Amino acid sequence: MGEVSRFWREAVHRYRLVGHRCGNCERTYFPPRDVCPVCHRDSVGKMKEFELSGKGTIESFTVIHEVPSPFVRQRPYILAIVKLDEGPSLTAQIVDVDPGEVEIGKRVSAVFRKIAQQGSSGIIQYGYKFVLD
Amino acid sequence: MSDVYIVGAGETKFGELWERSLRELAVEAGLRAIENAGVYSRDVEVLYGSNSLAGIINGQENIGGLLSDFSGIAENNIPAIRIEASTASGGAAVREAYHAVKSGEFDLVMVGGVEKMTDVFGSELIDLTSSVLDREWEAFFGATPAALAAMSARKYMADFNVEKDAMAMISVNDHFNASKNPDAQYKNKLTLEQALNSVAVAEPLNMMDCSPVSDGAAAVLIASENYMKKNKLEGVRIASSAEAQDYLALHSRKSLYTLESAKVASRKALESAKIKIDDISFAEIHDSYSIYGLMELEDLGFAEKGKAKDLVYEDIKIDGRIPINPSGGLKAKGNPLGATGVGQFVEAYRQMKGKAGERQIKDAKYAMLHNMGGSGSISVVHIVGGE
Repeated sequence: MGEVSRFWREAVHRYRLVGHRCGNCERTYFPPRDVCPVCHRDSVGKMKEFELSGKGTIESFTVIHEVPSPFVRQRPYILAIVKLDEGPSLTAQIVDVDPGEVEIGKRVSAVFRKIAQQGSSGIIQYGYKFVLD
Repeated sequence: MSDVYIVGAGETKFGELWERSLRELAVEAGLRAIENAGVYSRDVEVLYGSNSLAGIINGQENIGGLLSDFSGIAENNIPAIRIEASTASGGAAVREAYHAVKSGEFDLVMVGGVEKMTDVFGSELIDLTSSVLDREWEAFFGATPAALAAMSARKYMADFNVEKDAMAMISVNDHFNASKNPDAQYKNKLTLEQALNSVAVAEPLNMMDCSPVSDGAAAVLIASENYMKKNKLEGVRIASSAEAQDYLALHSRKSLYTLESAKVASRKALESAKIKIDDISFAEIHDSYSIYGLMELEDLGFAEKGKAKDLVYEDIKIDGRIPINPSGGLKAKGNPLGATGVGQFVEAYRQMKGKAGERQIKDAKYAMLHNMGGSGSISVVHIVGGE
């Protein structure tokens, strides 16, 4: 739960996959971080917004049967760690596919979807999920 | 600097303890440790309470105040604070006690770990326990602790050609040992077939790969060598303490199945104790999920990467080459988060004193205790034993 601001402030990152690129070493990060773990203080003030392509590869995945409360209506769902082509990895659902078709190494693309909602009249949260190419 | 000793230990039964409250459990464990040590609660100079999720499960923060008050020592006005390090809170709290005594600042410290999980159940509890992950970039998208362990497991199984049997044997071993531990949540022995055929939680993990929802508390009294000798107490030495971190989110780590926090903490703890991994007589490891048992056997140093499967059928048994989780581990003794790491010390203390009953390990010299938080973002490793 939380105020609208908790979700609104991340909208650009979750809606358009905007991460950060370190102006010192050129490494790309997602989610955004204000300090580069390689350059430390040399990166301060040099972390610039960077929009990722949303193209990537499945590193691993699971089909979740015991789900947290915001996801009860989606049970079971496929969750994966996706390595994006620009370097960073993220955690997201794989949708519009039978679990039997998902494999480590398959190519995926980001799509914009509803993630969850807070009860029947609460905030609806949006963000990225992935589909097989 | 003083040598540091465990001079008393006690714990509640772990399990679904519907009739017992957060504070009752904590006080019961604390009093057992006091009784066991033969000291009085008025002798305690500082209290560290370890707890992971009481703020959101029980709606109770200010755990230091709660434990001090209901232990009956509020009027002594001693310091009492909560140590929180997710599911590694217990190990982290003992580590603070170790430092407090080693520095010479305090002579007798109480560590009490407690978790009361069954006040919330089902999908709501899964959402709350997912707070130990990165809420905004893992749990927000539907990740749970079991789901992350499952993704580590799938990648591990694929890269090292390991079958589910090897993971399940971690749970089978835990259940066998727990059947001999009166404090354990589960006393039933588990067959490999039962483990493999339980219901799916997060594929490829099923229910018998996952530690249960547990209530429970554990407490130890930590003392300086001088205090122990002056008061004619008997203790078990804490030879070393180490802690290490890794990225909070699993997706940010270099490898999905390498626990850098465990690797670094284990190496530092062994170095500091001036012993080698082969000197360890038994270990309590943080197998909240069976796959973590395999990964930890490797990253703590008992096996090469991908080779833990060679240990799980014989070597880890209680009479094997390197007994693992004589207590029953997180799967079968139980996993009351904030109490789990302190409970490992209760087991080590009993083993070293020869008071472990039917699960006694003979002539144990050193024990390694590994308590982990989140999906591996923090590991606390202690070596117990030696002169």
